[in-house]
Amino acid sequence: MDIGLSHYLTVAAILFTLGTLGIFLNRKNVIVILMSVELILLAVNINLVSFSAFLGNLTGQVFALLVLTVAAAEAAIGLAILVVFYRNRGSIAVEDINAMKG
Amino acid sequence: MSVAAAFFYLFAFVLVASAFMVISSRNPVQSVLFLILAFVNAAGLFILIGAEFLALILVVVYVGAVAVLFLFVVMMLDVDFVELRQGFLQYLPVGVVVGLIFLAELVLVVGAWVTGPGVSSAVKSSPGGIATESNVRAIAQVLYTDYIYFFQAAGFVLLVAMIGAIVLTLRHKVNVRRQNITAQVTRSSTIEVVKVRPGQGL
Repeated sequence: MDIGLSHYLTVAAILFTLGTLGIFLNRKNVIVILMSVELILLAVNINLVSFSAFLGNLTGQVFALLVLTVAAAEAAIGLAILVVFYRNRGSIAVEDINAMKG
Repeated sequence: MSVAAAFFYLFAFVLVASAFMVISSRNPVQSVLFLILAFVNAAGLFILIGAEFLALILVVVYVGAVAVLFLFVVMMLDVDFVELRQGFLQYLPVGVVVGLIFLAELVLVVGAWVTGPGVSSAVKSSPGGIATESNVRAIAQVLYTDYIYFFQAAGFVLLVAMIGAIVLTLRHKVNVRRQNITAQVTRSSTIEVVKVRPGQGL
């Protein structure tokens, strides 16, 4: 059986679902939530790259490069906020992050 | 089954399995290691599909930078992860239901997807429509010409992220006496300008 576009899209869909499921299941652990977000962005990248390859156009790969950049920046900022939050509160539980609640 | 198909199923299976282990592992360090495995397998998928540049970038950026960052943070913070895992089973049913509905919808979309009538000609005429030479050269030819502003914007995003991370985590302790270069340079009380006449000295 030949590997077509729908195979790659199915893998990306499963990966995306696992990412959202990870956010649902690990509601208390910010680090695992950030890793789930990385998985979701990886699924998006697989979608972009597979469309780019099967349509014969490089725009998708350029866009995937930009998504990669944004994902790296997001991970860096998110982890920095996490470190600062841990310094102030001594915990990283999500339900403790309510200091900015009005 | 051809070799490419066999490798596709290998990479896809390991990718999905390690993604599952990322969200279900008890130890966050194991989660990060499985995340690395997932990224390496995604890079394998990219190589199979013909996007070598993005595959290697994925290995360099994610495995080399992001995953190590996660590993540092997980190991640096002294957190009781067992306590954080409470409620995992409580959220499991609703999570699985939402995930299954979501997956079913996505698979339905993928199964019903067809190329529109004018798509292939539009794709061929848009920038980046040619892929005759190597992948890296072809990406460079569109990235530095047609998408140069997006490239610059990506650079700015990284710059802002770097400055933000430094500003957020930089901490000055009150008890440590540091060198204050600005005060040192601009002080005026201990510096005196003397006009020296030639041949006389001070």
